[in-house]
Amino acid sequence: MKKNSLVGAFKELLGAENVMESETDRMNYAYDAAVLAPVLPGLVVRPRKTEDISGILRLCNENGIPVTVRGAGTNLSGGTIPSMGGLVMLTNGLQRIIEINEADMYAIVEPGVITAQLATEVAGKGLFYPPDPGSQAVSTIGGNVAENAGGLRGLKYGVTKDYVMGMEFYDAGGTLVRAGSKTVKCVSGFNLAGLMTASEGCFGVYSQLTLKLVPPPAAAKSMMAIYDSVDKAAETVAAIIAAKIIPCTLEFMDNFTIRTVEDFAKAGLPTDAKALLLIEVDGHPAQVAEEADQVETICRANGATRIQVAQTAEEKNKVWEARRAALSSLAKLRPTTVLEDATVPRSRIPDMVRGLDAIAERHKLTIGTFGHAGDGNLHPTILCDKRDREEWHRVEKGIEEIFELALGMGGTLSGEHGIGLAKAGFMEKEVGRGSMEFSRKIKRAVDPKNILNPGKIIGG
Amino acid sequence: MGDLKRLHSLLKEIDDMLASCMRCGMCQSVCPVFGQTLNEGDVARGKIALLDGLSQQLISDAQGVQCKLENCLLCGSCSANCPSGVKATDIFLKARAALTEYNGLSAVKKAIFRGTLTHPGLFNRLIDVGARFQGLMTRKANAYHGTSCAPMLSSILGNRHIVPLADRAFRKTHPFLDTPAGSSGLKVAFYPGCLVDKMYTGIGDAVIKVLRHHGVGIYLPENQGCCGMPSLASGDTKSFEKLVSHNLETFSGSHFDVLVTPCATCTATLKKVWPMMAENLGMKDQARIEAFSRKVMDINQFLVDKVGVRPKDALGDTAVTFHDPCHLGKSLGVFSQPRALIQASGKYRIKEMKDANTCCGSGGSFNLQHYETSTEIGQKKRNNIVATEAPIVATGCPACMMQITDMLSSKGDNVRVKHSIELYAEGL
Repeated sequence: MKKNSLVGAFKELLGAENVMESETDRMNYAYDAAVLAPVLPGLVVRPRKTEDISGILRLCNENGIPVTVRGAGTNLSGGTIPSMGGLVMLTNGLQRIIEINEADMYAIVEPGVITAQLATEVAGKGLFYPPDPGSQAVSTIGGNVAENAGGLRGLKYGVTKDYVMGMEFYDAGGTLVRAGSKTVKCVSGFNLAGLMTASEGCFGVYSQLTLKLVPPPAAAKSMMAIYDSVDKAAETVAAIIAAKIIPCTLEFMDNFTIRTVEDFAKAGLPTDAKALLLIEVDGHPAQVAEEADQVETICRANGATRIQVAQTAEEKNKVWEARRAALSSLAKLRPTTVLEDATVPRSRIPDMVRGLDAIAERHKLTIGTFGHAGDGNLHPTILCDKRDREEWHRVEKGIEEIFELALGMGGTLSGEHGIGLAKAGFMEKEVGRGSMEFSRKIKRAVDPKNILNPGKIIGG
Repeated sequence: MGDLKRLHSLLKEIDDMLASCMRCGMCQSVCPVFGQTLNEGDVARGKIALLDGLSQQLISDAQGVQCKLENCLLCGSCSANCPSGVKATDIFLKARAALTEYNGLSAVKKAIFRGTLTHPGLFNRLIDVGARFQGLMTRKANAYHGTSCAPMLSSILGNRHIVPLADRAFRKTHPFLDTPAGSSGLKVAFYPGCLVDKMYTGIGDAVIKVLRHHGVGIYLPENQGCCGMPSLASGDTKSFEKLVSHNLETFSGSHFDVLVTPCATCTATLKKVWPMMAENLGMKDQARIEAFSRKVMDINQFLVDKVGVRPKDALGDTAVTFHDPCHLGKSLGVFSQPRALIQASGKYRIKEMKDANTCCGSGGSFNLQHYETSTEIGQKKRNNIVATEAPIVATGCPACMMQITDMLSSKGDNVRVKHSIELYAEGL
């Protein structure tokens, strides 16, 4: 990458102001939100129009330069940590919302559009884009699709992949590929848009995404149920689903998280509770009223010591404020925050919580657990100081055991954060050798020089 | 260039503060500078990563890092929004000091801070001379705002619409005061700050009028010096510490319950930055600073929280929109009090603008170094002000007033820029 002629070629293609080569600029794109060491790229470029992506890829492919595409750099699995000396392609210069189609309920956007901005624009037209990752105020749609981001509404509304109808992307050689369509039903050819979703930048670079929109729910009701045992909370989760009610959100918080949130946010949480559930049902008003009653009954039948149903918008907001404060309150306790997202079938949540407690005890770790109980996606959050080598070693052991625990229960390494660099080494354990080989064959076929985000998901 | 080992040890001192950033990137959603440039180096996470890289010797370009650090308004939006509670502005002030020690202070800044600002007598005389001759250097830009342009100084000031220096500095009309507590039972020390003393003297007059009206005793000592923020923002701790000592000495002459200022930046500096930066000073000085800083309060907050000024039941007819200065709202948590004060006047009612608490783009010397970015951010503020159709915009910081006046004046908007205390004083 140090070759001046090549840097010159990028400048000619993009304009000098969109090519960054200073040490400080490169350092600024050496990391993401994962707790991993930074890797200094050789060059950082910013396409200002989607056609630029083609030229950038062509130059990289011809010269064998690794390319890592980066939106807001919020991802938690190291998916946007570049290769040493490679190129970082920023998408935040591609922020156009091209179309919001009310009649057919879809949106066409460029990859750098901020998730929350899209959701707001869409809501302004009386429609709904449900995926709501915790980082949505800054995360980009391109990143969400690449990592297949989830969120609080996953239980009822699914994750990002459930909203990708089609896309345009450039392959490793810079050729434009069209996938999917604007129609709800489309079965022409391979499901390339499906393949590209969650591909973490390994198969191509999105230039345009077509996203499904849905009608917004007319009503919603929220409540907080308080428990004196984790088991009772977990049994409630199973019982709600067994009653064929799918809340839009069903969140769990353990005692440690409750106490920490209360310490920092003074949200009025019961600090002696062993666990609590935050539940929201949405939909048609009559259905919401009926389901909320049913949920309340189920909570009581399963041993909730207290239930607070939000009567006003303000009270509803208070319920969710407590949940939103979970990660930030935990993060304030120690310098390093490792947020895991290993996920288990929801019937195994009590086992998972017990297992996490045992891991914390065995390795003398501080772990706060909260997360999306309804879809089995918990966030054991390890609080530590990475600079303390001995402690960090224990953390690494703990993380490994969390993965094993989840996989042993028929779960998955990642419910919503992606695999990236952080979990690439564990992938084979989850999917098996055949699956890894098949994935590598696809990768070799579509990216023979292995320039597209090498090292992610399937390793070196 | 200084000693690299020394730089690393200085950066190690802020290691704990750096380690608390979990790189989540949420600061991107609130940073005014990032909003313009979309460059990671302009947002808190990026700057912290650079300092971390420098302290761990992963990178070596100390000048490049300093350059990135300076592209920041120190508005504190990032700290206020940070999930991990990272004190980004504290980090940046300390890091600017460390990097300035290593890279050296520019000759111009040396002349301004060490040669002038730290000698309040000389500084005042220079400004007095400037006030007398400013007519020769400037031409009228906007009669409504009373602003001028300075073509001869365009290399420094660009085509800013600048507010003129006062003909007669505030300290000349009010050289010294030491009056006992009246009906309120309270006595305050009054720290006007440089901009009120030399430019917005009307704000100083309004403070005196209001304090007298409410029976508050006033201690206004002579020979007050700058709060030190301009020097500290440039990493010049030497000048900063000199100014701290000077002011402590100046205010040691009388007893007072509270020290009030009408400048949000001065308030935040005296109240929060002084103790934060006092670590390097001796124990005795630290204790003095602690005791002093505890007494510091914004004038709006003092009048509402301590004196008990309340909004009138029947609000006035004239709409006023209020801009929250970063140092008042985000740093000190003072939001409601200036609004209450304005509505206590009987003439005005608050009409909120969009994003009242986002930065106006001034940022002190940021405005001098990065005028283009400063103006782009400022124009957003201007648009939000104009959209309210209020004939008056009020705020609680003279530096914001300068910036907002420049923005409105250059667009030819007839919206009056006032300090909240001026509006309240009018009705008394």
